[in-house]
Amino acid sequence: MRQATVSAPAVMVAPVTVTIPTALARLFPDCVTRMKIDAATVAEAIDALDARWPGMRDRICDSRPAIRRHINVFVNGQRSTLDAPLPPRSEMLVMTAISGG
Amino acid sequence: MPEKVVQLVATAKGLFVFESEDGRKSWSQRGPFCETWPLNHAIGDPATETIFAGGGDAWFGPAVWRSDDLGRTWSHSSEGLAYAEGEEPIKTVWSLARKGNSLYAGVEPAGLFRSDDDGATWTHIDGLQRHPSRPEWHPGGGGLILHSIVTDPADPKRIWVGISAAGVFYTSDGGETWEPRNRGTRADFMPEDMREPEFGQCVHNIVMAPGGRDVLYQQNHCGMYRSDDGGRQWVSIENGLPSSFGFPVASHPRDPSTLFLLPLNGDIAGRYVPDAKAAVWRSRDRGETWQALREGLPQENAYFNVLRQAMATDTADPAGVYFGSNSGSLYASADEGDNWVRVTQHLPKISSVETMVVAG
Repeated sequence: MRQATVSAPAVMVAPVTVTIPTALARLFPDCVTRMKIDAATVAEAIDALDARWPGMRDRICDSRPAIRRHINVFVNGQRSTLDAPLPPRSEMLVMTAISGG
Repeated sequence: MPEKVVQLVATAKGLFVFESEDGRKSWSQRGPFCETWPLNHAIGDPATETIFAGGGDAWFGPAVWRSDDLGRTWSHSSEGLAYAEGEEPIKTVWSLARKGNSLYAGVEPAGLFRSDDDGATWTHIDGLQRHPSRPEWHPGGGGLILHSIVTDPADPKRIWVGISAAGVFYTSDGGETWEPRNRGTRADFMPEDMREPEFGQCVHNIVMAPGGRDVLYQQNHCGMYRSDDGGRQWVSIENGLPSSFGFPVASHPRDPSTLFLLPLNGDIAGRYVPDAKAAVWRSRDRGETWQALREGLPQENAYFNVLRQAMATDTADPAGVYFGSNSGSLYASADEGDNWVRVTQHLPKISSVETMVVAG
């Protein structure tokens, strides 16, 4: 699996590992599915993804703003919202829920 | 110069592109594109050969896709394609229209957006949301969707939109102010003394006749109409048709008196072609009289319907006419509807068919 490091333009925070679904990565040129990100919250991590792949925030979050209805974000195995903290060395997992037809 | 006729077929699972370089005798098929997203509408700009496709994915939200090379490579964006924080998020893009350098997108819940950079970023035309009737708009069966966008070729500030089931609204100032234009159209689903309201009609599709900038045709849930004054007054043209119900209407590219309809058997009768026999109905006299065109179309056991944006004409001469069914079949006529061939079958549900004629 390809890996990359994405640096958020925020204060120094501990890196977390973010994994996104292949279906999401496919929407963006040269996007990888697993990467290290410096972020303290789920929202910051998504900001960092959007900085690297413009438009990705729109695919994960809606305009409320909230995680989209059919997307789940897990942090260390716990389903999380945008304001959830990312402790050092967290695993953040973006998943597509079972839906569609 | 030889012509290439392109059909853009948006489906529940991506966009398909059909091309003919031999005068519409044979068609090549490519796709599906746009990562098989559910798409509601795709249009092409023959001047730049750019394709735009609008829709929404169950997971990743709404977007407008764009290809500058007839579908080989794609980008997508929804930047700015959003309502204010706290409001119901946009579910999907329903309709697209190109006018000069502006691209318009109609969305669900009903609203209109404009892009002046070919779909990279979007601006909400909030004048429509400010209309005093907005709190009273109620969704039709397909949702509260803005599905028809008609622009005046001579005046970019004049725009008509069709919203299900709020009706037709018109702006003459580029979207700052809007007025309902539904007089003469029926709302048979309302109580008897409320069947011609100012707004709330279930418009299904509106198109503009070529040349005449104030001649509009409308297929409605309750009837078929023409307006000669930009929608101020509508008159019924359903006499001679097998049904008052259907979704698509398509105008001839050059003759303002010719239009095409595909009536269905009724809103609670199954919504398939009447008697399970497919026909496109053509009028040559602005809807005064109608002719059923059946040559090459299935005349038994046809239980499909054709959705509101799934019929189109091309600009070749004679005009081509096309429609796609919800059962995934695509039909084409190269002689204004007299004879038909099935171009393909087994596509996903077809949401829209549009055409583009470019240099071969």
